[in-house]
Amino acid sequence: MTFVAKPRIHHPHLPLNEIGLTRRDYEGSVSTLCAGCGHDSVSAAIVQACAELSIPPHRFAKVSGIGCSSKTPSYFLDKSHGLNSVHGRMPSVSTGANLANRELFCVGVSGDGDSASIGLGQFAHIVRRRVNMLYIVDNNGTYGLTKGQFSATNDKGSTNKKGVPNLYEPIDLASLALQIGASFVARSFSGDKQQLVPLLKAGLMHRGMAFIDVISPCVAFNNHNGSTKSYEYVRAHSDNVVNVDYVEDHAEITADYDPGTCEDLRMPDGSTLRLYKLDDKFDVHDRVGALNYLQRRQEEGEVVTGLLYVDPDAADCHDILDTVPTPLNALTEADLCPGNANLERVNESFR
Amino acid sequence: MQPTNIFDPNYFHKVVDCQWACPAHTAVPEYIRMIAQGRYTEAYMLNWDSNVFPGILGRTCDRPCEPACRRVRTEEKPVAICRLKRVAADHKGDISAYLPKVPTNKNGKRIALLGAGPASLVVARDLLPFGYTVLMFDRDPVGGGMMRSQIPAFRLPADVLEEEVDLILDMGVECHFGYDIASMKDMLDMDFDAYFVGTGAPRGRDLDLPGRAESAEHISIGIDWLSSVAFGHTTAIEGKVIVMGGGNTAMDCCRTSKRLGAESVSVVVRSAFEVMKASDWEKEDAMSEGIPIINNRPPKQFVHENGKLKGVVFECVKAEQAEDGRLTYVASGDPDVFIEADHVLMAIGQENHCPWIERDIGIVFDKWDCPVLDEVTFQSTNEKVFFGGDSAFGPENIIWAAAHAHEAAISIDLYCRGLDLKDNRPPEGVNLVSTKMGMHEWSYDAEHDPRARLIVPHANKRQALDNIKIEVELGFDLRLAAKEAQRCLNCDVQTVFTDRLCIECDACVDICPMDCISFIENAEEAELRTRLMAPAMNAGQDLYVSGDLPTGRVMVKDEDVCLHCGLCAERCPTNAWDMQTSVVHIPQLGS
Repeated sequence: MTFVAKPRIHHPHLPLNEIGLTRRDYEGSVSTLCAGCGHDSVSAAIVQACAELSIPPHRFAKVSGIGCSSKTPSYFLDKSHGLNSVHGRMPSVSTGANLANRELFCVGVSGDGDSASIGLGQFAHIVRRRVNMLYIVDNNGTYGLTKGQFSATNDKGSTNKKGVPNLYEPIDLASLALQIGASFVARSFSGDKQQLVPLLKAGLMHRGMAFIDVISPCVAFNNHNGSTKSYEYVRAHSDNVVNVDYVEDHAEITADYDPGTCEDLRMPDGSTLRLYKLDDKFDVHDRVGALNYLQRRQEEGEVVTGLLYVDPDAADCHDILDTVPTPLNALTEADLCPGNANLERVNESFR
Repeated sequence: MQPTNIFDPNYFHKVVDCQWACPAHTAVPEYIRMIAQGRYTEAYMLNWDSNVFPGILGRTCDRPCEPACRRVRTEEKPVAICRLKRVAADHKGDISAYLPKVPTNKNGKRIALLGAGPASLVVARDLLPFGYTVLMFDRDPVGGGMMRSQIPAFRLPADVLEEEVDLILDMGVECHFGYDIASMKDMLDMDFDAYFVGTGAPRGRDLDLPGRAESAEHISIGIDWLSSVAFGHTTAIEGKVIVMGGGNTAMDCCRTSKRLGAESVSVVVRSAFEVMKASDWEKEDAMSEGIPIINNRPPKQFVHENGKLKGVVFECVKAEQAEDGRLTYVASGDPDVFIEADHVLMAIGQENHCPWIERDIGIVFDKWDCPVLDEVTFQSTNEKVFFGGDSAFGPENIIWAAAHAHEAAISIDLYCRGLDLKDNRPPEGVNLVSTKMGMHEWSYDAEHDPRARLIVPHANKRQALDNIKIEVELGFDLRLAAKEAQRCLNCDVQTVFTDRLCIECDACVDICPMDCISFIENAEEAELRTRLMAPAMNAGQDLYVSGDLPTGRVMVKDEDVCLHCGLCAERCPTNAWDMQTSVVHIPQLGS
């Protein structure tokens, strides 16, 4: 953490986005996390993604639980809505927020403890319900806030700082999300913004449950030789399958890739996801194949990163529940009150 | 790009924009920190060491440091460096313990200094502690040269001038004042071991226009007139005054005229306002005293009647930008204007002029009548004779004179010791010292202060215009000085990067408020400049490039708008970034 506040002034040539804001306008208060924490890079990536998408900050809702990761919403978009909720209960609060106002960009930030231990049940059910949100897990494999115990995502056999090995099988949240209904699943690394920022943009614009598992090293407790979630290990064992570019409908696609490895996916809002396949063996539309690939590579000690699965046309929670298209907070009394005649008819049907 | 060699003394020196721009390379941020700490005496001595006249320069310097100040690029106005220097001088304590000791046993070498201005005084100060016998010759009855004769008392009070001049003379200079140097040949015949010519640029330019000769009695050369005011020969000027010229001498002439009783004063300049040579603050001060500056009016003729000046006729021109960007002047089509005048002061430039140096004694002059000198050693074609200050390369200012004089003193010493003047010069160097004191503790105040530049209080205008001896600027008081000192960005506290410690966590990139830091694939400089977090468009500022990192990328830092806030080092988990004070060693005699 730092005691020196970040000065307000910025580079004289910092670009403005479509709504006249600079990237700096999307920042929050100064981080109190440890120096070098991967979570701060994730926050910076969220800032960059939102600035590049020109999201009006007041159209943004950030929700979190408890833990180092869950502190981070204070450190980005300080002009947006936010709630730092109860441990493991971010999904409930996010569900409520999204149901009440379906027009907000709803982002949940959670950690491996918050989502894979105390909140595993909540995690599973919000994914099942396909709430239209971006669910980010800052995954460092350790309980940083309580000084470095193994978390449920820590790989079996990897050690703590003192060399004691972990005896339990890891929970892979990305696999779980694939299995139970997420229509956008990705994994990335806090130390690779080139990959992470486009994934965040795509996840934000995806309609339905978008889940991103971000390996985010804990410099204080889990960045040593025996760790499989250190900067060095992840860089050495990263298996990048599909990169994306989020392309807004009016923008021209200029990235220079071999056309054979590219695929454009239309999104329901008219924009395009451009996919760059880095591995022939991987198909981003094959949920079961992705699941198998992920598990097999994990057995081999590799970390699969990139976009793992996407279905742009999948139904989301609002489709399933058949809710009204208007946000609930914008419904007027006339919309909400059925009138005496209708009420009589409803009551009659129960007699 | 190749990794940056930060041990090249020039690399970090260049990052300290003010120090780099200063001809004498005064360690500006260091003395501003001392002022912030209330250590005025030490701040004064740090200045005295490099520029020798902190009290004088704190009032009169041309301030090349201020337009260079990083604050101009990050915000708008530079730190008031010059006026902070004055604070150190105004509030210093007893400096005697800090002064160099002059040995009583001399080394047997006798050096003649011609002229008693800033250049000669600095040479004297540099030579005396090493046992040289120094004799100073000047036609004026007292020392100080142009600092005394051309800078009016309302900008530089006599006691401030005398204190700093006497400090040097009292070190043991043998003064021969009131000595009219008529012949360099005679001086050479006195057989000194070396000579230093610091006689300035004493000839004011004149204009040969119709009516000039007939009105001679009512036309004065600016610097000569200022000099006669300084020595009390002129105490009044009557009627309407026109000052011709757009430099600082013109500003001094018009403001002096106003104080000596002129009925009206106007400055008439042949060129446009923006390209006038006078410093901005000098123009502002003149205008705030109610003196109009009339631009784009080249003079045509002096109008006289029976030997009495009536006024001056000026042409009207307008400035046009030529293809090469320079301004050219064409007739505007307006009729000529006549401005009434009883007296004209000509302040249209000055030149060096050494009629007393015979041209057959081995000192070669070029076609502009300047001595042919070695630019490093300041040695003339006569190996015993060295030049410095305005007499070397033409009119500059006090701070350039000090810079020349330090180099000339080194040369004179080497020459007297029979050593090679170039091979044996002391080298520049740089020391880097960490400012890290502990967790989140740095030995400098890293926090960025967004305050705007403070304004120096002025004396009551009516009283100031009544008395030429009342100093117009009052200087910062200690409270204002402490506030202004906080605006300094501490550019000498460097961001030093150790590539083998970096784990590429991006923490520095994320926290940097100015987007100075990027981790990218290496390329040629021109390409790198376009690919950074924020484009590095100021080619005058270097890129700091690391060696290869484990991912194959390099760290590239654009030095241009770095605030030296230390957040990169605060956020770095491995101390790959450290904030280190760079102390640049500028050679002087004895270093």
